Parts: sequence; C-alpha cells; structure tokens
Amino acid sequence: MNYRKTRIAGWLLAAGMAFTGLAMSSTAQAQDTIKVGVLHSLSGTMAISETTLKDTILMMIDEQNKKGGLLGKKLEAVVVDPASNWPLFAEKAQELLEKDKVAVVFGCWTSVSRKSVLPVFEKDNGLLFYPVQYEGEESSKNVIYTGAAPNQQAIPAVEYLMNEVGVKRWVLEGTDYVYPRTTNKILEAYLLAKGVKPEDISINYTPFGYSDWQARVAAIKKFGSAGKKTAVVSTINGDANVPFYKELGNQKISAQDIPVVAFSVGEEELSGLDAKPLVGHLAAWNYFESINTPTNKAFIEKWHTFIKNPKRTTNDPMEAHFIGFNLWVKAVQKAGTTDTEKVIAALPGLETPNLTGGIAKVLPNHHITKPVYIGEVRADGMFDVVWKTTGTVPGEAWSRYLPSDKDIVADWVTLKCGNYNKATKACSGQNYK
Amino acid sequence: MKKSVRSAGARLLFLALLLAGLSIARLHAQSPSDASFLASLGQLREVSFPDKETIIAQLAQSGHPSAQSALTALLEDRLYFRNDDQMVFLLKAPAADDATSLTLVDPVTLKDAGSAPVENLTKIGTNNHLRRVLQTTLARFRLSSPDAAVRLGAVHDIEQNLDEGNVKLLRERVAAETDSKVKAEISTSLAMADLDSPDAPVRLAAIAVLHKSLRQDVLNKLSGVAGTSDGGEGDSDPQVRAAAQSAVKSITRWRTMYSWCETLFFGLSLGSVLVLIAIGLAITFGVMGVINMAHGELMMLGAYTTYLVQVAMPNHGEISILVAIPAAFLVAALMGILIERTVIRFLYGRPLETLLATFGVSLILQQLVRSIFTALNRSVNTPNWMSGTLQVNDALSVTYNRLYIVIFTLLVFAALFVVLKRTRVGLEIRAVSQNRAMARAMGIRSEWVDALTFGLGSGIAGVAGVALSQLTNVNPNLGQSYIIDSFMVVVFGGVGNLWGAMVGGMSMGVVNQLLEPYAGAVLAKIFVLIVLILFIQTRPRGLFPPTGRSSENQ
Repeated sequence: MNYRKTRIAGWLLAAGMAFTGLAMSSTAQAQDTIKVGVLHSLSGTMAISETTLKDTILMMIDEQNKKGGLLGKKLEAVVVDPASNWPLFAEKAQELLEKDKVAVVFGCWTSVSRKSVLPVFEKDNGLLFYPVQYEGEESSKNVIYTGAAPNQQAIPAVEYLMNEVGVKRWVLEGTDYVYPRTTNKILEAYLLAKGVKPEDISINYTPFGYSDWQARVAAIKKFGSAGKKTAVVSTINGDANVPFYKELGNQKISAQDIPVVAFSVGEEELSGLDAKPLVGHLAAWNYFESINTPTNKAFIEKWHTFIKNPKRTTNDPMEAHFIGFNLWVKAVQKAGTTDTEKVIAALPGLETPNLTGGIAKVLPNHHITKPVYIGEVRADGMFDVVWKTTGTVPGEAWSRYLPSDKDIVADWVTLKCGNYNKATKACSGQNYK
Repeated sequence: MKKSVRSAGARLLFLALLLAGLSIARLHAQSPSDASFLASLGQLREVSFPDKETIIAQLAQSGHPSAQSALTALLEDRLYFRNDDQMVFLLKAPAADDATSLTLVDPVTLKDAGSAPVENLTKIGTNNHLRRVLQTTLARFRLSSPDAAVRLGAVHDIEQNLDEGNVKLLRERVAAETDSKVKAEISTSLAMADLDSPDAPVRLAAIAVLHKSLRQDVLNKLSGVAGTSDGGEGDSDPQVRAAAQSAVKSITRWRTMYSWCETLFFGLSLGSVLVLIAIGLAITFGVMGVINMAHGELMMLGAYTTYLVQVAMPNHGEISILVAIPAAFLVAALMGILIERTVIRFLYGRPLETLLATFGVSLILQQLVRSIFTALNRSVNTPNWMSGTLQVNDALSVTYNRLYIVIFTLLVFAALFVVLKRTRVGLEIRAVSQNRAMARAMGIRSEWVDALTFGLGSGIAGVAGVALSQLTNVNPNLGQSYIIDSFMVVVFGGVGNLWGAMVGGMSMGVVNQLLEPYAGAVLAKIFVLIVLILFIQTRPRGLFPPTGRSSENQ
C-alpha cells in the first residue's frame, strides 16, 4: 500500500535503476512481503466497532515492521471493506485468500459474519483470527478464537452475581439474533442446573435498535420486586443499549436494586453517552482499559500515538487482536514459514502475555486461556474491576451445560476434529449440527 | 477464588495498618478519637470490599463528628489517598474528567488542605453493595434533617434494612415526626417490622395499617403471612391469616387497576411520539399528496440541531432543549423548502417519481450527516427537570420525559390546528389543497403556498426530532426506524386529516403496548400491521376519510 510505494521508490533510488527495473522490483517486492489480510467493516452499522480493530492490526503490523518484520520479510496489510454486509464478508474473504494470497486474516465481529466466511476459510485452508466474544458451539481447524467463549464471560459473570451478590431471580434480556439466543440457552441450562426455579428466570428478546423500553423496563421492575434479589443479564447489542440504560435511570432502577451485567457494552460503547445514570452497572470482559499494568499502559500509549488522539479508548476485542497477532508471529517463527498448514499445527501450546497480566495460551480446541474481570461502570465511562478470576480460564468450544453438547469435544492436536462425540466416538466434521 | 482474595486482603490490611500507624505518628497533636478515626479511614485504602463494610460500620458507630462527611465522601467517590504519603483526604468537589489537580479537605478538621495533582491521588473505591450499605448508614444521620423530603428519602433508605437498631431508630423518630407523609411512611415500615412480632394482636394491628398500602414489598410480606406465596404456610393464628388474606386481595386489586393505568400511559406516550411524527407527514403527504421519504431524515436533522444547540450552550443544559425547539423547526423547515424548490416542485402529480427522488434525498442527507458528524451516536443530555419519575402513588409512577412528550405533542397539535384553521397562511394552504386552479384565480401564489406548506410539515418533523433525541440514539439512521410507523399512522388515520393522525397514532400506540407483554415486541408489531392491512381493506380511506370537494380531487 502506501509504504510499499515509498519502499519501491527508496529501492529504486538506492539502486539507481531506470523504468525497466520497476517491473522487476515490484515482482521482487511481492515475494519479499508477507501479506496480512484485514477483514473488518469500514462502513455500515458495524463500522463504529470494527474500524478500531482494523487500526489495531495496522498498528501491530507497523510495530512488527519496525522490529525488522518477520522471517526477514516485511509485513504488508491488505485491507478490504466488507461493509457490514454478511454475504460480502464471504466474497471479500475469498478475494483475500485466492487473489491476494494472504498468509493470515484478522477479522469479523458479528457471529453471522464469521459463519458467513467459515466455509471459505475451510475450502481454501486459510487462517482466521476472530477477536470477539461469541456464543461458542463452534471450533474450526482454520479459525483461532481469541475472544471469550461463554465459559470465559457469561458463566463467570452469572457465577459472580449468584455467589457474591446473592442474586436469586434472573432476567435474560437480549437482542434477537444468534449470539444472545445461544448464550441465553447456555445460561438458562446453567441456572437450572444450579437449582434456580424456572419461574425465577425471565427471557425476552427485542429487535435490533429497539428504543421504546418503557414497558420492558417496567416489566423488569415488576419481576424484580418479588422480594428476591434480581439481576438482568444483558446480551442487548449495539444502539439499543443507550435508550435501555436511559429508561432504567428514568424509572429509578439503580444498580443497587437491580444490577445489569452486560456482555456487549465496553469502553467504546460508553464513550458515546452520558455514563452517570449507569454508574454501578456491570460488564464482564477479559480486558478493561482501567486495569493498571505496565504492559497495558504501554499499549494504551502506543495506541494514542498511532491513532493521534489521546482520548480514544481501548477495549476487549483490541486486546484479543493484540494477543492474536503476537501468537501468529510466534507461530510463524516457530514453523519457519507462513504456510497455513504448518502455522496452524504450530499454534496450539503457544503462549503470549495478556495486557492485563497472565498468559494467553492456545488450546488444542483453537480457543485461548483468558482472565475474566467483572467491572462496575464509573461516571467517566470507564470500569472499576470489582471481581476477577484468580488465574486464567481455558476457553471451551462446546458448553458442558447444554445436554446435547456434553459429550462433544474439540481437539485439533490429537483428535483432529472440532466436533468429536466422546460417547459415539464419531467426528461429525465441520457440520456443527 | 474468594479465599485467596481474602487472604490477600488480610495481608494488605496489615500493611495498611502499618502505614496508618506511620501517618498517625506524624500527627501526634491529635486526640485519641481522632487517631482511631484516621486509622479506620487509613484501613479503607487497600482492604477487600467485605472488610470495608466492617470499617464503615465502625466509623458510623464511632460517633466522631467528621464520620458523616467521610462516609458521604466515600459514597460520592470523593474519598482519596495521596500516593506518596498514604494520607487520606476528602475532595472538595467531585473530580472532573479533565482536572489536573484536585482540592483536598482534611478528613478530621474538614478544613482546606491544599491541593494535589491527579497522578498523586488514588480513589478509595466502592461497589454496589457498599454504596447500599453507605446509603442506609448515612440515612440515619439524615433522619433528623429539617427538610421533610430528605427525611422521607432517609426512611426509604432505612427500610432496605429493617434490623433491630433501625426499627428502634424509627420508633423514636415517629413520635417526633411532624410531616404526615414521613409519618405514614415510618408507620408502614414499623408495621412491616411488627409482622414478625410474636404477639398476634400486634400482628393484626400491623395488618390493619398495611391494608391501605400499595407497595410491592408490603404485598410480598403480607402474602407470606397470608400463606398465598409459594411454599409458605402462612401465619399460625387463623385470625391473622384471614386478615392478611383480605389485605392481600385488596392490595392486589388496586395494583392491578394501576397497572392497567400504567399500560394505558405507556400506550399514549408511544402513540404521542407516533402522532408527533405523523402530523408533519399528514401535511406533506395528506395535504399536498407528496410521499416524502426524507421525512425521517428531517427528524434526524431536528435531533442533530438539538445536539448542536446543546454543544453551543454548555452552561445552560437545563434550557438548551427549549431553545432547540424553534431552532430545529427552522433548520428542518428551511431544508424542507430547499427540497421542495429544488426537487419536488418538478414532480407534482407524479407520486412514484417523488417517492424515488425523496428517497434519494434521504440517502444524501444521511450520508451528509455521517460525513460531518461520523456514524457514532451523539449524546444529547436530558435536563434534570425531564428525568426521573412522577410518583403518583406506590403502585403507579410516570416518567417525566414521557409525560412531557405527551404534553408537548398535544401543544404542537393544537398550534398546528390553530395555524391551519385560524390564520391567513392556513386558509391559503387549505384553499390550494382543495382547488388549486380556483385558489390561483383568487390571487393566491400557489407556488409560494406549496413551499410554505412543505416547510411547515418539515418543520414539525424537526420538532419531532427534538422529542426523539430524548428517547433514542441520535445517529444518521434515526429517521429510518420511524418512517414506516409514521406512514402507517397517516394511512390508518385517513389521509390529510390531523384528527385522523391523532386518533390513529394514539390507538396504534395503545394497542401495541397492550399486546407487547403477551406477544413480545416483534409479534406485537406484526399483529398491528396485519390488523392495519385488514382495516385498509374495508376502509381504504382510513378512519377519517376526506369528505366534500377536496375528496374528489384525490
């Protein structure tokens, strides 16, 4: 891209070559770089969240190149824009893998976009690093899931509310699509297994961008006034969160009465609104910007310099990309090549430090180990960590709480299967049921 | 997991005590109670949340004159310690986002203690549970406040934790209390406590007091006594049980009635938003016959105007929204007139082309706003007088923002009605819409009237945008989510009829809210749409079909 051009120019200058040399140099150049695909929406509804991730990868590539690149070659970013359009994700992925022949792709945010590119990566044997918390129930040979699986976010959050806050009644409130529905299915199974009565669980879904929350919030208030401590587990996604929290504030439901723990509300989402009515509500993530470690401080500073804006926040999926990129670099160094087959084989067992302390390790099921933090919203839109797991939690692809999944394991090292049934000893391949 | 947190906490506690000891050594001039007070404050720095709770209780019981200020500061995130010497201070004012240095107050003398840079200060944190504990603790101090409203709040907070000490405190207070509201509140709380009394007559008397209450927690407690709650056997005394059962029945009946009132209000408030959007459309679509797909974007412009006005008047947050109403009207009206003059006037009588052209305009406006303001949500603050709830009684409360929007809709409706029926412009608008040729013959500049009419409809869309900025996200897609609903209202109510838009919008809002609890948000909407389609089949011209001469033109 841009620096490629300058490099070509510099090369030309140094060698003092004429026009004939240009063709030669650019072909030589193509062999000299390792291409890294970036598959994030830069326009459309998801652009708000995904543009940041594109910039994160560009920053990481920039930094790696300053360190001398990888295997003696420079890294070159190939950025495409799937425009928040799910079928376009598959097309762009195909373009990256078949036309640009990228060594690796960092990308996707929504589960539906990941599901859309999955067949492409499996057909072309590509490698995708997926950086967002998701609903689990998947493990592909060609994907490394650097975001949280449900047992690394949703289950610990519910455990916290149950054991530390003493919550007895649960409202599972979500936006109507695959991630909330699957997560709530797992949470419901978990709660029932822990002895919560079915009448103490209320599950409700609203459409994307829902804004008329008055009746829903009144219903939550009523549900929560039955004399048992009640909490809302929110998988509400995107814009709908703002009017939801506003309405909670208006109807005077404070975090002390009915705490709301959210899985999709982070620093980036809070930067667009007045956080005062939200103070004390909870979020569960594997990273918070406010966590004070030297690595995190250095990362935030680097981010501010790179993006040239000292007010930009950092968030959980950014850390996931930070981890994913470092893991990929290590895997390539270990394999001594960018060949996907060898890099994928090198990945399980690799370790890299997290930004907030602890080590991220790639597991045979292509998920990683992550620490879990519960934070309370502060008036400035940041989070105060009120609880954390002692060590890191290994990601589970298949939930042990769903009866249909309890025999299923994913293991790409010994079993070479993402969907292996321990009971029937069969691998149902990439069907994911 | 918890265990190791605790043990780490214990270690830190030890360290904190040590440091606290050091800081006390330096402050040898203070009295012993000051020293122990400071030591307790010092411990707050590093201990775990459960340990903080114990310390808070100690501080509250210490009777130290500065304890209340320190605990209030802790609740309000104003209790800090200095990193270099570990001394605890209160902040004079809450820390602003961009403050570089903070003014400190000595925790014992409550006098100014200079200031310190932000980097050198660390906040002593709380969590939800601690804040609740602090509120209940501090409520005891507030119970003797001269302000009745403060006392009422204090009673509410104390009720959260009706232990022996608090009940005793309330019993002492009820005798001295002069305000009837506070007195009633305390009586209810005491009656709740009396329900646990071993004497049956005391319990009976308590039920008699609680019979009139509408509160949910009272109902829960009484259900327990009555044996109607799940798994409970109820009171051992049959007389008490019977009294509780009758009280539960009465309270439930009243609460059900109020919950219907609440649903009705929800419906009216949703309806009034629809009406507000639809009356602008009733003018452009109804009176002029222009299908304006950019109507939603004009609302979005109104919402962004609200945002800009708010940014322009940073020190007048309470009134900026009032200024935004005329500003949004003007911005949207001027944009409307611009659209009419540049696009629509060439397309009169060709509805399909207008539809496509205005759809194009809507995309242009969206992208324009996206380019200027980015796609991120803009936060429009709600002024204090518009936030919170109006507590009608214990069973019914109404949020202020919705209430104001209902009132605002009625005002806009009335104003528009007056403009159309009582002013010269209104007369001309009606004349042109009824018979253009005749109106022109009478000397009315129909071109001007067209532009004005479109401007009026657009301006009202802008005003609706001001209202929407209080309810939903201000972003470039704001208009899209409402445009379909507003067309539905206009079609349902009858094209070109203001009363139709009013009745149509309100009834759609109420039906939607009645269905939503049973069917869910998505199904309720589908159901409303199906009913509307069936209705249009039988009455294609809506609730209030146009009559007389004007209907012949359409």
